Amino acid sequence: MNEALEVKELYVSYQGDIVVENVSFSIEKGKIVGIIGPNGAGKSTLLKAMLDLIPNDKGHVRILGKDVDDARKLVAYVPQRSDIDWDFPITVLDVVVIGTYPALGMMKRPKKEQRDWALECLKKVGMEEFKNRQIGELSGGQQQRVFLARALAQKAEVFFLDEPFVGIDATSEEMIMLILQELRTEGKTILVVHHDLSKAEFYFDELILLKKSLIQYGEVQKVLEPAVISKAYMNHHLFLNRFGEVQSS
Amino acid sequence: MKITEFVHALMTYGFLQKALFTSIMVGVICGVMGCFIILRGMALMGDAISHAVLPGVALSYMIGLNYFIGAVVTGVITAIGIGFVSQNSRIKHDMAIGIMFTSVFAVGIILITFMKSSADLYHILFGNVLSVRSSDMWMTLVIGIVIIGLVYLFYKELLVSTFDPIMAQSYGLPNKIIHYGLMILLTMVTVASLQTVGIILVVAMLITPAATAYLLTNRLWIMIYLAAGIGVVSAIVGLYFSFSYNLASGATIVLVSAFLFGIAFFFSPSQGLIWKAIKIRKNRTNLS
Repeated sequence: MNEALEVKELYVSYQGDIVVENVSFSIEKGKIVGIIGPNGAGKSTLLKAMLDLIPNDKGHVRILGKDVDDARKLVAYVPQRSDIDWDFPITVLDVVVIGTYPALGMMKRPKKEQRDWALECLKKVGMEEFKNRQIGELSGGQQQRVFLARALAQKAEVFFLDEPFVGIDATSEEMIMLILQELRTEGKTILVVHHDLSKAEFYFDELILLKKSLIQYGEVQKVLEPAVISKAYMNHHLFLNRFGEVQSS
Repeated sequence: MKITEFVHALMTYGFLQKALFTSIMVGVICGVMGCFIILRGMALMGDAISHAVLPGVALSYMIGLNYFIGAVVTGVITAIGIGFVSQNSRIKHDMAIGIMFTSVFAVGIILITFMKSSADLYHILFGNVLSVRSSDMWMTLVIGIVIIGLVYLFYKELLVSTFDPIMAQSYGLPNKIIHYGLMILLTMVTVASLQTVGIILVVAMLITPAATAYLLTNRLWIMIYLAAGIGVVSAIVGLYFSFSYNLASGATIVLVSAFLFGIAFFFSPSQGLIWKAIKIRKNRTNLS
């Protein structure tokens, strides 16, 4: 059993409009996979639908050979930053402690053991000195690192990250990438929704190019072919900016 | 009337003791529930559910049922109705709330006019804490124990489903059940508060103490204790003014809590308007 994730004929609609159409792929363990595509391509929807966070019309998903409901505790989900209320009365460390909740089970309280583990995870992302801060006091990149620490605290096998690099500083981005690569060497599988193509070839082993339906899935070089990319970005003008990065407008 | 006289009256009159005990319980449970209501962005929902218990209470009186049952039924039906309308049309959540709860409330008013006296309506709407019966007091106590017990047992689940519902759902927490569970608790809080503050002002006791606490701390569990404490202080001081000057208890309790909110709003060490202004001025003088 070498498949971390298997998606078969997945269809998702929102208020009668089809958002994800007939998407199938299967991902081996130990890969960092980017989900890319133009705005409104259904990237985040796909990520959520894979975990049954939104209902699908049809399709089947298996995580590490199990049905989604049996695999929930093997998955860590890092939401988009815009999905979080940053004024919430919670400290940085307590956010990371939440990562220990799934393993604790209902009604049990986190103890010192859980708090120590959370602090260790916080250290991995270099945020331990901020542990008593309210989360809204951090910068975007720091917030993202705290949420990655929470995912680490979950001791998951599969990681789902929704747009982790939006609006964050270069140091944080680099640090997050390093940690993801470390997880990969431990055999974990990581899925990242990513909005721009520029760094895709450095960050990911494989890409899922999405525009409602699956345009292409495979090794990064295979997907980043201009002929393939233009299928997804048909109405978007691709150009190389002055740094030589591919951008879409 | 002086405070000593109030204390003396408290020792003498059973009805006042019941009133005080019930008010304190209401202060605690409204404060605790209020924290989750405001952090989930459901302040308006709290208003809606509290109004929606009216027809349930009226019907229960008519058919001689415990009004607790009717209140929970119409409260929950309204909560489901609001969810149904907003999820199945372009009608936004706040619009759905506005439509549903006013309709249900209107039904309640018509039902009440079929009852014998209009004094009943007045008491249900605005509370009449000095007429609290022993049975009401015990019911409030039971509701209080249920709510505090549930919040204690499921604190962790409530925290994560409030702070990050997507993550909660991703590891298998039933967000919908938690939502409707909270709606049921909300109707229970309203029923418990009927005598003390009345339907109209329950929402104030839910929101104001919790909002005051929200300005004072960055930790949820401290916020819950603070909100409960502020609720209790408001209840006691409010009852004192109500009894001493013969004013509606709901109104005096709510005004005390609003006064406490005002203090926090201006003087909170981290969020207060005054300290912010002083800091800004200091920064400017340092620069010039």
